[in-house]
Amino acid sequence: MINIFEVHETNKMIEQEKLDVRTITMGISLLDCMDSDLSRLNENIYNKITAYAKNLVRVGQEIELEYGIPIVNKRISVTPAALIGSAACRGPEDYVTLAQTLDRAAHEVGVNFIGGFSALVGKGMTPSEERLIRAIPQALACTERVCSSVNIGSTRTGLNMDAVRLMGDVVKATAEATKEHDSLGCAKLVVFCNAPDDNPFMAGAFHGVTEPDAVINVGVSGPGVVKYALEQVRGANFEVLCETVKKTAFKVTRVGQLVAQEASARLGIPFGIVDLSLAPTPAVGDSVAEILQEMGLERVGAPGTTAALALLNDQVKKGGVMASSYVGGLSGAFIPVSEDQGMIDAVNDGALTLEKLEAMTCVCSVGLDMIAIPGDTPAASIAGILADEAAIGMINQKTTAVRVIPVIGKGVGEIVEFGGLLGYAPIMPVSRFSCEGFVNRGGRIPAPIHSFKN
Amino acid sequence: MKKTIITVVGHDTVGIIAKVCTYLANNKINILDISQTIIDGYFNMMMIVDANQSAKSTSELVTELDQIGDEIGVVIRCQHEDIFNKMHRI
Repeated sequence: MINIFEVHETNKMIEQEKLDVRTITMGISLLDCMDSDLSRLNENIYNKITAYAKNLVRVGQEIELEYGIPIVNKRISVTPAALIGSAACRGPEDYVTLAQTLDRAAHEVGVNFIGGFSALVGKGMTPSEERLIRAIPQALACTERVCSSVNIGSTRTGLNMDAVRLMGDVVKATAEATKEHDSLGCAKLVVFCNAPDDNPFMAGAFHGVTEPDAVINVGVSGPGVVKYALEQVRGANFEVLCETVKKTAFKVTRVGQLVAQEASARLGIPFGIVDLSLAPTPAVGDSVAEILQEMGLERVGAPGTTAALALLNDQVKKGGVMASSYVGGLSGAFIPVSEDQGMIDAVNDGALTLEKLEAMTCVCSVGLDMIAIPGDTPAASIAGILADEAAIGMINQKTTAVRVIPVIGKGVGEIVEFGGLLGYAPIMPVSRFSCEGFVNRGGRIPAPIHSFKN
Repeated sequence: MKKTIITVVGHDTVGIIAKVCTYLANNKINILDISQTIIDGYFNMMMIVDANQSAKSTSELVTELDQIGDEIGVVIRCQHEDIFNKMHRI
């Protein structure tokens, strides 16, 4: 039987170490909403989402109350809109109406984000996908809760450099379209390589076409719990360090598994996966950077940072995999800058640069995340950043993503405030040397060879 | 049988157990086990209870116990046992 110390440990994790379930995300397929008539398509989408998700928020709150575990977000992901709108959307403005419908449905059911204003163009773009991509700036400017993502390559297909170049312009245009709000639109736009079909985390969540009609995916969190556990083994060797991370990740993930199973049973929708991610928030003590510092780094960005992050990412997966029946999504440690106080401090102290972050993304769970860059960064340079990050993903067979925010009207050293879970960030410098000649070539970078690994 | 774990944490004062037990008795909640200790200098009590006969919903129990806690200056939590079972047992 459970004893008082175990109960105390769990409740201390929740109360003092900020253990929470970061998100219950309901994936909904919109494939059967397709129609060649735009208004009927919009109606079908609205009806399907509001029918499936009408109880999502209420069930989330019930579970929260009964188990005493905060569930921070309830969200929805849908089939990439570029597929759904392909027959009805004749121009980008038609796709904007789809985004507005998604936003309206999100408001109706009370979720705080809906992901899936997306296109998967890893090898090539259909005209319809290009129309959606060109609609992104306007779509993100005129909606509140819609998130957008574009997959521009994979290990199997190589990189679609035409799409990369286009996304450089789209990121910049999104920043311009939302410049009244510190270019906030870019915080809802992710450019992926090797995007997973079942990611519950925003802004990159979409419901892949390989998924069932609806599914419940859960994203766990808990950097504070890992940090506290490491405080208890200060100075111990790597064996002890790794074991501690693993055991803690197991406990954290078990809570996610419980919530996923309960939500699935109560909503009558199959359980998909648990995403084992350490997802920081701007709150003090809820930081991945602080875990790395607890391991012995003076600041994130110091030599050794990549090794420390690699260790953390791997042990989180090892501990979490046994705790859940199905693991998926992005799983690992997120390193967003604006959402992590330790990362923000490291940038302010000059310890962490864009280049070091890029190295860290080789071993973290995703990529360059929530990084504010100067508003006058050329679109070609943004495309270059996207290409670099996608190349890391393609060659290393991992998911990588970029979510950079060129803050229009602001420059290096200034601070940009996004608010809430998105946090705030000091604007980081980008290399002033051009890559225009490279990204403008057009075409594709071929898929990498799968032998001779070095 | 679904069991519920009630925890009381705070400074020790007269009548904490009495007050909580009276509330449980009034709501047909059977106490299966009580343990008590001091952790980090704070009074910690844990009860394992069977709330299946109670007419009140879990959310009502959670809210009302929380109010009682506020009145006597302690934190009272009421949680389904599975969160602890899942985390601490394979």
